Amino acid sequence: MTGHPAPGLRWRRLLAGRGRYLADLAVKGAREAVFLRSPHAHADILSINVTAARDAPGIDAVFLHDDLSKVLKPWRGTHGLFPGMAAPEQSALAGKRVRHVGEPVAIVIGESRSACEDALELIDVDYEPLPAVGDIEAALAEDGVPIHAEAPGNVCLEAEKRSAGVDAAFAAAELVVEAEFCFGRHTGIPLEPRGLIAEYEPGEGSLTVHHSHQCPAAMQEAFAELLGLDAHRVRIVCPDVGGGFGIKQQVYADEMAVAAAARLLARPVRFVADRLESMASDIQARHHRVRGRLALDRAGRMLAMDADDIHAIGPYSQYPRSSAGEGRAVLSLTGAPYALDEAAARSRAVFTNMGMSGHYRGVGHPIATAVTEGLVDLAARQLGADPWDLRRRNFATYGKDCAPSALGVSFEHLPFAACIDVLEAHHPRDALHAWRGAARERGLLAGYGLAVFIEMTARGPAFYGDGNVRISTRDYCTLRLEPNGSIAGHASVTEQGQGVETGVAQIVAETVGVPLDKVRLVTGDTDSAGHGGGTWGSRSLAIGGSAGAEAARTLRAEIVEIAAGLLQRVPAELDIQDGEIVDQNGPSGLGLAEIATLAHFRPHELPGGCQPRLVASASFGPLDAPFRAGCGVQLSCVEVDPETGLVRPVRHAVAHYCGLVVNPLLVDGQFKGGVAQGLGAALTEELLYDSEGQLLTGSLAEYRVPMAVETPDITVHHVHLPGEDNPDREALPRYAGVGEAGTVGASAALLNAVNDALAPESAALWRIPASPQRVLAALDPEE
Amino acid sequence: MKRVVLACEVNGARITAEVEPRTTLADFLRDALAFTSVHIGCGHGVCGACTVLVDGRTRRGCTTLAASAHGRRVETLEGLSDASDPVIAGLQRTFLDHGGLQCGFCTPGILLAARELLARQPAPDRAEIREALAGNICRCTGYGPIVDAIAAYVAEQAE
Ligand code: FES
Ligand code: FES
Repeated sequence: MTGHPAPGLRWRRLLAGRGRYLADLAVKGAREAVFLRSPHAHADILSINVTAARDAPGIDAVFLHDDLSKVLKPWRGTHGLFPGMAAPEQSALAGKRVRHVGEPVAIVIGESRSACEDALELIDVDYEPLPAVGDIEAALAEDGVPIHAEAPGNVCLEAEKRSAGVDAAFAAAELVVEAEFCFGRHTGIPLEPRGLIAEYEPGEGSLTVHHSHQCPAAMQEAFAELLGLDAHRVRIVCPDVGGGFGIKQQVYADEMAVAAAARLLARPVRFVADRLESMASDIQARHHRVRGRLALDRAGRMLAMDADDIHAIGPYSQYPRSSAGEGRAVLSLTGAPYALDEAAARSRAVFTNMGMSGHYRGVGHPIATAVTEGLVDLAARQLGADPWDLRRRNFATYGKDCAPSALGVSFEHLPFAACIDVLEAHHPRDALHAWRGAARERGLLAGYGLAVFIEMTARGPAFYGDGNVRISTRDYCTLRLEPNGSIAGHASVTEQGQGVETGVAQIVAETVGVPLDKVRLVTGDTDSAGHGGGTWGSRSLAIGGSAGAEAARTLRAEIVEIAAGLLQRVPAELDIQDGEIVDQNGPSGLGLAEIATLAHFRPHELPGGCQPRLVASASFGPLDAPFRAGCGVQLSCVEVDPETGLVRPVRHAVAHYCGLVVNPLLVDGQFKGGVAQGLGAALTEELLYDSEGQLLTGSLAEYRVPMAVETPDITVHHVHLPGEDNPDREALPRYAGVGEAGTVGASAALLNAVNDALAPESAALWRIPASPQRVLAALDPEE
Repeated sequence: MKRVVLACEVNGARITAEVEPRTTLADFLRDALAFTSVHIGCGHGVCGACTVLVDGRTRRGCTTLAASAHGRRVETLEGLSDASDPVIAGLQRTFLDHGGLQCGFCTPGILLAARELLARQPAPDRAEIREALAGNICRCTGYGPIVDAIAAYVAEQAE
């Protein structure tokens, strides 16, 4: 049952157009909220006049910063492991100063969206524009504009790791390759925009929020903390969620304002972002500039790697997770697939007057991967070495009794060599060379690129927990034997389409011994599921699946024990298969439906006179292990038109290892969707701001996500290891996550393919997206 | 605001309503008639999540005014999902088998676009399928599984 493809349990309903997303929910008496947002990247607010708007037809209220602060605290995105981090105070509505285009200034509540939008026009704000920080250089300029008095150099966080001999290794090396990598500012674009409906009940001091979100339990904590409510009286319910990708993982200023307004008005308030405001207000990510170096000897042994990263965040550290995440991945993963003697990495997150920045699928992994793999290909070219061979001869060996990476990170066994072997077996080098040669004959530039990746999934508590950030790294599952013999329960994993609910149900069904359609799990409701992490960091199936397995084992044991009493056998002789009690001779004639009927309605007939429990709960999370890693290799093939500069990806393949594969259909889906997002990042997607901090790509017509014609077929090869059932570190899940792995390596492989294509022209490009203009500029630097 | 009378057929039922001239067809179908398969992914005509049929042809509900549907026949996925439409029923089956959806937000629009393609060209190849989806964004699947699902339906029909 696990290991086999099964469609997502919600898909039949969604295919009939019967999804119920946030905007589809009917809440009696709900009022609509819209926001007045700053048109300036940086400005002082001199005055705001809302009188006419408050009097407009259909308007209940217009709230400003000081109105909300009666019930809502401001916050700071601090992290206890980084006491030096600058985390300036942020509030739901701007008070005296705005710091990015799209920052909420006023919230208008009324009977309809159109009434609220009409009222917005009547609000008069007097701004005094200030010089703005619209790019990385401006943030660090000597005479730069400080965005916050408490961070005069605009540095939010500087972190560094350095092995002792790294400088000496570079000084002594026979070959050092070096490049500066630039990454465009990206965002996730879940197709369903953000939204919530908040209802406050003053008589109980309780808040119910229906929320298009990935992490309901974290939001329960955040709403309670910031609104001064008891967390156990805050309920978060996630309906069908139309994609998340990290974008629905944070606290948003506008969403906090909605909850505060609901509290002030004691009426349900609904907010659904439109796409134009999403472009300015959704979390943005991956805007980095990295100087990277790799030292080797002439024989092609890698010796040392070094990365110096500047990361442009927005005007605040994101709450509650902080803005340490992307830089941390650079500090953990630079050079990690390779056996290096020495390594160094430094990351500086800098404040800008661009949109809020935070966690988008991959969180810094794609940056570290592109830098590392770009340097490896650069070295291969300089050495005249084959990129497959150079990688193979330098792979690191990790696992029990092995040294950590040169940056000090311990990994479990990661089968890099097996992954690259599988990839090459399916996509032989000779065939790739023949294809590339033929394309070049046709006057195209063509090339292929490899990218080895590691994904750190299913984190333990060592980052958020130790940093005093209330983000759970555990998940929870409760299962009950229902009177009809089926299994129903609640799990704290959450669903945004990836299918984790299905995966956990498959694990539960297999562990108990019932068909999948006898299991029903409800997710996304903090009133029923125990407190758990939800969706982030490719954790849900690994951790939530492990919790499901544990609860299922306990429930199964009780069922078998009851059956043993009824059949006058010992439990060890019995098993449950397909909902029937079996022994070594086959079916016993006793099924779960009969056991459940007895246990629920005639329990006095059970032997032994004991109380049937019929319910089992478990929670699971890695304890001291920092994470469970997966790895793999990606291959990208591109054609580049030398006349137009257009890059066309023609093929993409992934060979990966993720421990046990519970549902190959869903795992492949994660890879394909993740790769497509990585290809979009490398080809067309970029949030562009001008030097004044004005957003130039404010719609989906300008921020171009991949369409069907631009996306190649993507093939996924699963690599299995003997004994993968038993990871070599205890208390680790049997599964590694795969939610981000496709994205982690795709941009890197594509950028390497572009450079392979450009190599005969002695051109190179270390910037994504590799837009036609940039490709042409790389081909002809004089133009 | 002044309102205009709108009389049309929606999913087989005759409807008469008063709407504001600025109300979009997508908002009318969602808010007045609760046909919530019409999703708003962008509101500016790029993503195709709001796709509906007007007189049998795909239209973007978010950039079509409700008033313009006066006297016309409007269909949403709900109206085609009761097994009355064999093409939609077949596609729903192959999408399920091939993972042609994840979150489902793009799915109604994609099914209607695929149905329109198959009416025009019953045996499209993969490239033609991809081109027919040029007006639909799917952010979850990377499109390959959607193309697989449509191609599988085409292959079934050929048998
Ligand atoms: S919502 Fe109409 S095209 Fe996107
Ligand atoms: S399935 Fe989520 S957008 Fe297509």
